[in-house]
Amino acid sequence: MSFARRAWAVTWKDVLVERRSKETLNALVFFALLLLFAFQFALGPDRDRLAQAMPGLLWLGFILSGLLGLGRTFVTERENDCWEALLLTPGDKSAVYVGKLAGNLLLMFTVEALLIALFAVFFNVDLSAALPALTLVVALGTVGLAAVGTLFAAMTANIRARELLFPILLLPVQVPVLLGTVKATEAVLAGEPLAAVAQWLKLLVAADLIYVVSGLLTFDFILEG
Amino acid sequence: MTADPLIRVTGLTKVFGNALILDGVTIEVKAGEAVALLGANGAGKTTLLKVLATITRPTRGSATVAGHDCVRDAEGVRRHVGLIAHGSYLYEDLTAIENLRFWSAFAGRDARDAALQAALTDVELDAFADERVRSFSAGMKRRLALARVAMLEPTVLLLDEPFSALDQRARKWLEEYLGSFKDRGGAVMMATHSFSRDLQITDRVAILAAGKIALDTPRSAVSPDELRRLYALHTEDLA
Repeated sequence: MSFARRAWAVTWKDVLVERRSKETLNALVFFALLLLFAFQFALGPDRDRLAQAMPGLLWLGFILSGLLGLGRTFVTERENDCWEALLLTPGDKSAVYVGKLAGNLLLMFTVEALLIALFAVFFNVDLSAALPALTLVVALGTVGLAAVGTLFAAMTANIRARELLFPILLLPVQVPVLLGTVKATEAVLAGEPLAAVAQWLKLLVAADLIYVVSGLLTFDFILEG
Repeated sequence: MTADPLIRVTGLTKVFGNALILDGVTIEVKAGEAVALLGANGAGKTTLLKVLATITRPTRGSATVAGHDCVRDAEGVRRHVGLIAHGSYLYEDLTAIENLRFWSAFAGRDARDAALQAALTDVELDAFADERVRSFSAGMKRRLALARVAMLEPTVLLLDEPFSALDQRARKWLEEYLGSFKDRGGAVMMATHSFSRDLQITDRVAILAAGKIALDTPRSAVSPDELRRLYALHTEDLA
């Protein structure tokens, strides 16, 4: 109960701070719009090229906006040395990880929902039939991305070259998730049933579990430095 | 009240790179006692407080708080320590009451509005409960930081220049709070640059110079003028 209360307190605080400052959300929305404009100009009206490129483009948008958002996970903790106070408050520190992960997932899901809606409008594609399966794939991929991203954001929060190191550390670890999500998204958008991509979904579930459990087990050591 | 010191530092050495910050510091603070740490900039006052708060690990020597070792039992130490450091530990985009609510909930304490309002009333910030911290003056932030620490009910207070930026009323509140904290058996270690009013609540004065305790004496044993002379002698700083 205490662990859940601590984790919830962190999520509540992060959501409130973001709602007030809108620093990350505004940056992500403008970035997403910029990406869509760039894709629109690059691909033009060719429907075949779009169908081939769409899964990759969708995930490129998710990953890039995710990198931007995840990298800012601990910015509020650096202000006024709040990081120290989190460390000094007795109790299980992995609650901070769970709280931060939940906050990141909320933010990323919001941006991803917006990106999918804008993709449908900008490229004039009907995603309604694929939406339930697409939601599952996106959710699984996002959990994997956020679980490692939150952990690496904590690892790099207090070093000078964090903007450089964060993507260098994160992206190689994300390869299994990226492979699984792009392949599963490609199949789902082509109208194939989820059973056809069961092996990719299993890979995503396994990766998510490993990443979240690794985060829970190691976050204490990262916060302690 | 226990006979054992609440703070016990023995032969504490801290090295950062090639810089020797603390050099075999030994000092104790008993329950119901407040000790002022005086020293020039870079003398090691903040480092000593950070070792006791378990933010920094010592290179050699030992430090215990309420019987808990600062390295081997950091969580035990954290249950007893309240730290007022240079950072306020406040979120600028939250209101005063939201900051207290977060830290109370995170520490597993009573986060009901009545308790939070009472804490704000204590530091005369109840009228600003719903104002964002970003709009607060430095003194108001300091008072809110003190309310945050007081709510967590520590038995040892580590204070890094706690009176800075406080107006006269806030100073008076802090002096009274520290007085009652000592009466309840708490121990206080306070780093300061002030020779006058800040020292009134302290029982002992220690001068840190070049990483060593150069002087550790009851406050009543030295006059302010004598203390200034000794400070200048040991630290080569202007007193």
